[in-house]
Amino acid sequence: MSFFGKPKYSKILIKKKDIPPGLWEKCKSCKEIIHKKQLEENLMACPKCNFLYPLPSAKRIESLIDEGTFVEMFADLISADPLKFVDSKPYNVRQEQSLKKTGLKEAVITGWGKISGLDIGLAVMDFAYMGGSMGSAVGEKITLLIEFAVERGLPVAIVSASGGARMQESTLSLMQMAKTSAALGKLRRKNLPFISILTNPTTGGTTASFASLGDVIIAEPKALIGFAGPRVIEQTIKQELPEGFQRSEFLLEHGLIDMIVERKDLKDTVHFIFDFFMNNKKKLKKGNNGKGTLKNLKLAKSII
Amino acid sequence: MRRKGKRNPESKTKTLIGFEFEKPISELELKITELRDLSARERLDLSSEIASLEEKLDQKRKEIYAHLTPWQRIQIARHIDRPYTLDYINMLMDDFKELHGDRRFADDPAIVAGLGLFEGRKVMVIGHQKGRNVKERTFRRFGMPNPEGYRKAIRLMKLAERFGVPIITFVDTPGAFPGVGAEERGQAEAIASNLEEMSLLKVPVIVVVIGEGGSGGALGIGVGNRVLILEYAYYSVISPEGCAAILWKDGAEAPRAANALKLTGKDLVKFGVVDDIVPEPLGGAHNDYELMCKNLRDALKKALNRFEGMSEDEIADDRYNRFRKLGVVVNGV
Ligand SMILES: [Zn+2]
Repeated sequence: MSFFGKPKYSKILIKKKDIPPGLWEKCKSCKEIIHKKQLEENLMACPKCNFLYPLPSAKRIESLIDEGTFVEMFADLISADPLKFVDSKPYNVRQEQSLKKTGLKEAVITGWGKISGLDIGLAVMDFAYMGGSMGSAVGEKITLLIEFAVERGLPVAIVSASGGARMQESTLSLMQMAKTSAALGKLRRKNLPFISILTNPTTGGTTASFASLGDVIIAEPKALIGFAGPRVIEQTIKQELPEGFQRSEFLLEHGLIDMIVERKDLKDTVHFIFDFFMNNKKKLKKGNNGKGTLKNLKLAKSII
Repeated sequence: MRRKGKRNPESKTKTLIGFEFEKPISELELKITELRDLSARERLDLSSEIASLEEKLDQKRKEIYAHLTPWQRIQIARHIDRPYTLDYINMLMDDFKELHGDRRFADDPAIVAGLGLFEGRKVMVIGHQKGRNVKERTFRRFGMPNPEGYRKAIRLMKLAERFGVPIITFVDTPGAFPGVGAEERGQAEAIASNLEEMSLLKVPVIVVVIGEGGSGGALGIGVGNRVLILEYAYYSVISPEGCAAILWKDGAEAPRAANALKLTGKDLVKFGVVDDIVPEPLGGAHNDYELMCKNLRDALKKALNRFEGMSEDEIADDRYNRFRKLGVVVNGV
């Protein structure tokens, strides 16, 4: 039925890049010399000034999900190139190069696993793959994950890091905003909680869809979060933007997010919130206790 | 209702030793201290004199606090050391994660809200928050919310409803904030929507007036299945100062207005506006936080227990009927 066949279950491979000992780096923010390994162990937060470097999606999963419990799903889905889009290079060449560069097939990893013992559905975007942009495959994977969660009665967390909708797929990318948001509507109807976790940067069509629809919205400190990018705004209004504009702290003050949480505290916080909202209504459990199957899940036509 | 008159009445009436009406108490306390000093200095046995004075002090305290006028009660309700919402949260909740924002315009620090664990139960806690020092008071806008505060509150109440989590609100505001921005952004609409939306909630809502129940600003988070009031707290359609300024054309008539408005717990229970009074330590909650918390904890547990085993519709109907009954009418001629 589908070009890709059945969605695959597979254990995710978390490659530990071996860093030669004695490799030091100057922190971009505080200019202190920091040990690369120490930085990695600190979840890519500068041990001196707490500046947050991007955390690769696999590392993010490792930091949130109990060891050995993450099952990656829909791992082989990638966007087709129905527009035969060419900018400085053809889209399909760009996809191949991104794969080579990052080892990622797409800009999101989806799956499920345990967070301190609690089953959850999790999607983690990766900015390294084409700026974390959302095309058909990102939208499809997130939608499939949400549908899976609806069927299995799982709460959902999505960690965003994205420049927005992917230009190379034009309106098909745009439609992923509607598709993912609609899927979240179903999750809401099922009374399953959704936590949106915003990391640096989350902008454009991602912010204007699922990332803003969390029952609880958490941001990492100082992350750039907005709709239009700061450069676009500056060019439009011909004014320089104030310091801190569109950063997490700005969003908190303006009522757009619930809380700012340090990377190291994220797992405990997410678990606390899910645990708080799950299984309070006894009737919810009925027909909704993890006995679902994948058979009702359909792939989008647009990618077949 | 707009709050008129003095912004900061406690600074006027409160002296270092206490309120004006507490003067006989502080005089006796002073005498006892003097006698103690004297007995220590001169090695005199004054224990019987001290004991008799202490007995007198005890009597005086009971007498004074038993006969407080409504205006004096208001002074206690506005006492600068009175426990505020966050004090109760800190003392009553085993865990608390604050959530912010109306997802529209701002996070309003005059209302705090979050996920709490209370006596092994999950609860959504929401309350007005005042500040103690100048900086804090300005930041919290004297506990007077903007529309964003009410919108944050209802957003989180609906979240709690979806997941079957009961709601506790702490009311402590002179009133909703009277400001240009608040009007521009629909202060009245924000309160009105809350009244409608709260009436429909399918989880129990327990409201506690912990200090000032300032009119619509209080009611905006005050539509509960059970409405409790602390012994010295008040709840009114307008501040006594505002009422005096309008009806007596003189803000100084506030004590008279306070009498007329029937705003104490006892009056409110009679009208059915309030269901129960939570006793305070002698002289007010600020005198003994621990005892106050014990009393409040017991009252909250009791209130929550009433709704165990009730269906969602029964809970919503219970709240509807509670407010449906309020008002006094006669058939005219
Ligand atoms: Zn640094």
